[in-house]
Amino acid sequence: MYSEEEIWDFMEEVFDPEVPVLTLVDLGVVRKVNVDGEKVKITITPTYSGCPAMRVMEQDIIALLHSKGIENCEVETVLAPAWTTDWISENGRIKLKEYGIAPPADELDKSVLFGKQPTVECPRCNSTNTHMISQFGSTSCKAQFRCKDCLEPFEYFKCLK
Amino acid sequence: MNQNLYNYLVRLGDDSLILGHRLSEWCGHGPILEEDIALTNFALDLIGQAQSILEYAGKVEGNGKSADDLAYLRYEHEFRNALLVEQPNGDFGVTMMRQFLFDAFRKPLFEALTKSKDEQIAAIAEKSLKETRYHLKHSSEWVIRLGDGTEESHSRVQDALDQLWRYTDELFYEDNVDAELQAAGIIPKMADIKAEWSKTVTAVLEEATLTIPDNGWSYGKGRTGLHSENLGYILADMQYLQRAYPGATW
Repeated sequence: MYSEEEIWDFMEEVFDPEVPVLTLVDLGVVRKVNVDGEKVKITITPTYSGCPAMRVMEQDIIALLHSKGIENCEVETVLAPAWTTDWISENGRIKLKEYGIAPPADELDKSVLFGKQPTVECPRCNSTNTHMISQFGSTSCKAQFRCKDCLEPFEYFKCLK
Repeated sequence: MNQNLYNYLVRLGDDSLILGHRLSEWCGHGPILEEDIALTNFALDLIGQAQSILEYAGKVEGNGKSADDLAYLRYEHEFRNALLVEQPNGDFGVTMMRQFLFDAFRKPLFEALTKSKDEQIAAIAEKSLKETRYHLKHSSEWVIRLGDGTEESHSRVQDALDQLWRYTDELFYEDNVDAELQAAGIIPKMADIKAEWSKTVTAVLEEATLTIPDNGWSYGKGRTGLHSENLGYILADMQYLQRAYPGATW
């Protein structure tokens, strides 16, 4: 049987289906790994209430554990403590940026149509001269931005606290 | 206690579910791409909340019902959502006004529910509150932009307010379902939520140069299962698959 540490390592092989550069560990959705004899239980938490990727993550975890020869496994979802973008690891932030998605800034987004928008660095040219096009993007967790220097549009993983 | 808790959860969950469904009707019809995406993001958040709340309701009821069972296999009179959320989308102004009036109620409600003595309710509220803050921000700013916009946008969004105002009082409906849960520290008193709601609504509508209608009458029997004609059409659409193919899964 595997140790909990080994199971944690396996979780590094499961990727977020919507942001496929991040592992579930980078994203911070794996809360607990429990090995009890032959039985493995993984506890995960959703990023957003309606995140459609949760079910896929669950299936991917089960599939991976099966591929390692673990038949007796279960995935449990818990809501508390609520996920925030602070759960994304340092490594995850670097990977996001390399992938072209600006990682969450440390400030909450205060603007939609009015007010000050967070300072977001363009993941391509690092300019902070950027502009929010829309608070809402292709997935619940992202907003749409444009860089006024390199003129490229990009996605921003919005801060959730 | 369990029966009251179940009834309360169904009221809470049905508000999310029915408004989520209404918003999903905008998919592909938004006035601009960004708003189409925003409205469907709202829909996704609300349906996600409904799933957590109704799943818990099913557990509390103790008859082995899932969130899907509750969403797809109940009839109109078993739904407990407020009438506000089942009102038709109308134009973009109506949808945003409906959203604003609802979000301004949901934010203080979820804030209060994070302190619930019921751990699962507190956890759901904590999660939902983060999303609701974004919703309220978005809907407030649109109400202000449309109200304090052109003559056309002002008159349309004022019409929306006149049309929807009569449904707002029901949001604060209370009966014996609430009393016991309030005494047990599980849910807040609606008077406190209404005070917060009034503050937000007054400030935003004033900035939007809109006038609150002065009619004192209000509708509101949704919490006891009496609905407008609209809900039947919503359920016909939403429940079609489970009614036509009972037990279908994928």
